[in-house]
Amino acid sequence: MSVKKAIFSPLFENNPIALQILGICSALAVTTKLESVFVMCLAVTVVCALSNFFVSVIRNHVPSAIRIIVMMTVIASLVIVTDQVLKAFVYDVAKSMSVYIGLIITNCIVMGRAEAYAMKNTPGMAFLDGIGNGLGYSIVLIFVGFFRELLGSGKLFGITIFQTISEGGWYMPNGMALLSPSAFFLIGIFIWILRTWKKDQVEETN
Amino acid sequence: MGNDSTAKTLIVATLLCVVCSVVVSWSAVSLKPQQIKNKKLDIKKNLLMTAGLISGKVTEVEINKAFESIETKVVDLSTGEYSDVDPGNYDARKAAKTPGQNHIIDSKTDVGKIKRRAKLEKVYFVKENGETKMIVLPAFGKGLWSTMYGFIVLEPNTVTVKGLGFYEHGETPGLGGEIDNPNWKKLWVGKKAFDANWKPALKVIKGQAPAGSEHEIDGLSGATLTANGVTGMVQYWLGQDGFGPFLSKWRAGGSN
Repeated sequence: MSVKKAIFSPLFENNPIALQILGICSALAVTTKLESVFVMCLAVTVVCALSNFFVSVIRNHVPSAIRIIVMMTVIASLVIVTDQVLKAFVYDVAKSMSVYIGLIITNCIVMGRAEAYAMKNTPGMAFLDGIGNGLGYSIVLIFVGFFRELLGSGKLFGITIFQTISEGGWYMPNGMALLSPSAFFLIGIFIWILRTWKKDQVEETN
Repeated sequence: MGNDSTAKTLIVATLLCVVCSVVVSWSAVSLKPQQIKNKKLDIKKNLLMTAGLISGKVTEVEINKAFESIETKVVDLSTGEYSDVDPGNYDARKAAKTPGQNHIIDSKTDVGKIKRRAKLEKVYFVKENGETKMIVLPAFGKGLWSTMYGFIVLEPNTVTVKGLGFYEHGETPGLGGEIDNPNWKKLWVGKKAFDANWKPALKVIKGQAPAGSEHEIDGLSGATLTANGVTGMVQYWLGQDGFGPFLSKWRAGGSN
């Protein structure tokens, strides 16, 4: 697999959320504000790339009986370090994300890529695959976060775009956009658009 | 040695644990000073926000500048008298855990379910031209999952609420975590903290508070237990076991 393919195929052709249907939970939880979306995307991309890298480095020495635990330990350590770094340098954002940074440990994308890709490929390629999948995750989250913040509070990155009625403007905020189910609808729309464009992703009907 | 032999499994597991624990503890220890600094700044910021002195995004310099208008004193809760302990170095949260400096709360009066508190607590006075405009009382109480730490801001008459806010809690985001919702916090402003007999009267009720209610605040849907915790916290800290003696002294003598 070429370098280009490792990075770019997870964006649309093999998107972790849209096609592999992994990591939906955090896509619902942290997408009400674009600022937290970006921090989350960055954190997941870094954790995914590094965990892929380290798992791949030790892949030839991991006994298959304990391989899942080994991966879990690597991922958990990386997530804790990421959490500490965020708390030290972007405290406000880290605080608003509360438990969700810690919950990257349970994000299936990280574990899924370590098991499916990093265990079979060289560290360099595994690292790029992690970056690619992190970006694929990011694209969906940014899409969802953009519409949720815009429709839910009339803002983007906390800057007012639509003046809401409560602040003397014209826009009536859509309260549902701030609730988790709206992220489901948006991910659904994303998958719909994607599969209209790339027809080979459409599953066969039985 | 095969990868799947018992010896190799044990070696790999041990090495991995050692490496990972070193990395994790190194990052935790080396980043700690920065995190503590952030935390202190965050407490200041939340105090200022609860008092309505700052809003939106503010820098560290602005926070420290706004904080200059605030005078901090340490109060002995049982007598209500000022203590001569230096407020700059006093940490009430640490004192609450230190035998001798803490007060074990009798379970009958422990409406905030906190079991123990420091004997001395900080009180903040928001000053304008030397005159006290607001009194900020630190408070904490048990929510559903966590201890919630926050501030109660009162007008100098000690009755009218100017604000309530939290700077640390671990309640469920979206449910109990809504105690951070600005719209809900706004409901506290203007409420009366005490009834005619000087009993703490603030209460978060289930559902919507009747219009014009002086003491009741709308509940948070899906967060009854957190809301009860907030009620307990406010009632405890404004009560006789909390800041009650200090507040009655303040009312009697102004700046005793």
